[in-house]
Amino acid sequence: MSSETKQILTTDGIPLEVSLKKAEKKNKIKAFLLVAPLLLFLIITYVFPIGEMFSRSVDDKMITNMLPKTFKEMEKWDGKELPSEEVFAAFYYDFKVLVEKQEHGKLGQRLNKEKNGFNSITKKLFRQVKRKKIDESISIKEQVMKVHKRWRNVEYWQAIKRTAPPYTMSKYLKGMDMYYAADGSIAQVDEDRRIHRILWLRTLEIAFFVTLFCFLMGYPIAHLLATLPMKYSNLLMICVLLPFWTSLLVRTASWMILLQQQGVVNDFFVMIGLVADDNRPEMMYNKVGTYVAMTQILLPFMVLPLYSVMKTISPSLMRAGKSLGGTPFVAFWKVYFPLTIPGIGAGCLLVFILAIGYYITPALVGGASGTLISNQIAFHMKQTLDWSFASAMGLMLLSGVLVIYWIYNKLVGVDNIKLG
Amino acid sequence: MGKNPEFVKFDKVDKSYDGKVLVVKDLQLDIAEGEFITMLGPSGSGKTTCLMMLAGFETPTHGEILLDGNIISNIPPHKRGIGMVFQNYALFPHMTVYENLAFPLRVRKVEKDEIDKKVDKALSMVSLNGFETRMPAQLSGGQQQRVAVARALVFDPAVVLMDEPLGALDKNLRESMQYEIKHIHESIGVTVVYVTHDQSEALTMSNRIAVFNDGKVQQLSDPAELYEKPVNSFVAEFIGENNTFNGEVMDIDKDKCKVKLANSEILANPISVKSKGEKTTVSLRPERALINPTDKMDNMFTGKIEEVIYHGDHTRVRLNLLGSSEFILKVPNSTSNLELKVSENINIGWNSTDARALDPK
Repeated sequence: MSSETKQILTTDGIPLEVSLKKAEKKNKIKAFLLVAPLLLFLIITYVFPIGEMFSRSVDDKMITNMLPKTFKEMEKWDGKELPSEEVFAAFYYDFKVLVEKQEHGKLGQRLNKEKNGFNSITKKLFRQVKRKKIDESISIKEQVMKVHKRWRNVEYWQAIKRTAPPYTMSKYLKGMDMYYAADGSIAQVDEDRRIHRILWLRTLEIAFFVTLFCFLMGYPIAHLLATLPMKYSNLLMICVLLPFWTSLLVRTASWMILLQQQGVVNDFFVMIGLVADDNRPEMMYNKVGTYVAMTQILLPFMVLPLYSVMKTISPSLMRAGKSLGGTPFVAFWKVYFPLTIPGIGAGCLLVFILAIGYYITPALVGGASGTLISNQIAFHMKQTLDWSFASAMGLMLLSGVLVIYWIYNKLVGVDNIKLG
Repeated sequence: MGKNPEFVKFDKVDKSYDGKVLVVKDLQLDIAEGEFITMLGPSGSGKTTCLMMLAGFETPTHGEILLDGNIISNIPPHKRGIGMVFQNYALFPHMTVYENLAFPLRVRKVEKDEIDKKVDKALSMVSLNGFETRMPAQLSGGQQQRVAVARALVFDPAVVLMDEPLGALDKNLRESMQYEIKHIHESIGVTVVYVTHDQSEALTMSNRIAVFNDGKVQQLSDPAELYEKPVNSFVAEFIGENNTFNGEVMDIDKDKCKVKLANSEILANPISVKSKGEKTTVSLRPERALINPTDKMDNMFTGKIEEVIYHGDHTRVRLNLLGSSEFILKVPNSTSNLELKVSENINIGWNSTDARALDPK
């Protein structure tokens, strides 16, 4: 708008824009107050926990707080030769404080993660300090170096220096089977220990195929739902939704009953002579189980968006396609299918994103070869109590989802999504 | 080229959806090549079902449908080569106007140049040149309608079916589209089967009209005959306005009969009555009754004016006549108009040929 256009005034001489703003202000405040509780709820339950997760995943302040003097002295150390007397002394005094607070064990564990062998030498040092064997009036460096030969090894001191910054990306690297090498560069974990990358790939693979299976099975169901007369389609809709209303755990458990080696499906196969009784296939505790159970559980998430889109497609469009000379297949492919793409997009995105973070089902029926990254996250949450690593992997999962969302937006356009 | 009078033929066609009720009963209908025929009837009269059977979306329960002498009951819709305009246009919303029109040509594997030419020709026929790249949603209702018509014609089908194509348009647009479709039909000579429940639409556009009711064709004739000479009281009632008298035949000869009403007698034209004592409904078009007739007429009565309604080009007068207060007169408005006042008495007369004694209602 050009600023030269004549300002429009109301009959009272107030500029129109000002008057409009004044008139709308009350409504705007009312509208905001209505959404304010939800906004607050979202901030508390969503933004805040994610922020917390992020800070936890990069947090490395514990050790920074444990060894304040050491890190101060280390700033002057070039990190090539063994550090000077001052560094040793600072470390000793820090350690003494920790011994008094009985926190030396934590330090040992933390440093051990950085470099193996720290646990034992901190314990040795602890005993010396406890028995007050170290004479503070003479060179502390000499005495500490005598405690264990590893204290004479420059690599251990380098390891301590690496823990100095209060923030670290090491958890993220670990999630991708990488770590900071002694010289600070990023290195790959030995090939036989790369478990996370396998899990990431498997998660993507299973999510992809589950989405594909859901699509292949859900599309005809949704079409049937959208075209059947009301009384049948309602019944079918209930059949689709009934499992949806059943507890996830119950459904997964029922799949266990069905799929186990002495289970219903195997019994049936044996009965009809498809497999021999002593050669029952394993359909559970592997990928097959995960595929079957997850596809069944996520199917409604594919059917519902597809159904809602198909419901809006007039049956006369297919008829028009046919009457204009298209074979039923051409009419479907050129007319019907393109119109269902918004539903396909919504359904696939929904199923894929849900599948990528799925936990209970793979945990129960997945076995060793069917577990996903979320099971690994849960493992670190509950078993190893390495919450910062769990947070890091959770955030990696979240950013993966965001990347998929972004790619989808580029390819199809998010405004094309129709959920209902 | 001689025109085939039985280009489309419904031969004893029955249709039932549930095995209990016949929606179409023993339909016998011949449509000539190049004809514009309208199936007119109230909703549920079976006219759309007939159209769907012709298009191939419904199968006749009994009987055959022939197109140019060939039985088509077993041919799927896409092989029939029949163009169709749907009630809600059914334009493909994800395709441009050009792609919509090119669709029937592309599935027929027509060359690209040829497609361009034909699409261009079809669009100019409905005067929509320059709209090729628009999406259907960017067009007004009338424009969408024209695209739908162009699409149904672009592949030169032998027959075009139109299923209440103007139903969603407003009155003015509907009228101008009626003429447009009629002109297109005249210029390219395609056979059109048109379904509507709007009688004025049917009268304006068609060569012949088939009036449907209750699954049967009640009358098949050209618009003038349909209006002037309805063969039964349903058609008389359905097409245009009419005044009816219920009575009993007193006396009958070749072209006149005497009908006894509740408290008087009128002379009428016996159409579907044959003998004395039969019950009958006499139908008279409002414009056939004259006020203060100068000549001698078969029926002359005096009635009291109950209501005068001004309609612009004509005035409607409701009279109390022969014991009924629903007798309607249509008086054209002109400068030398009569002074019509409520509760005055006026003389009314009509000829017996215009009063058609039909089957009783």
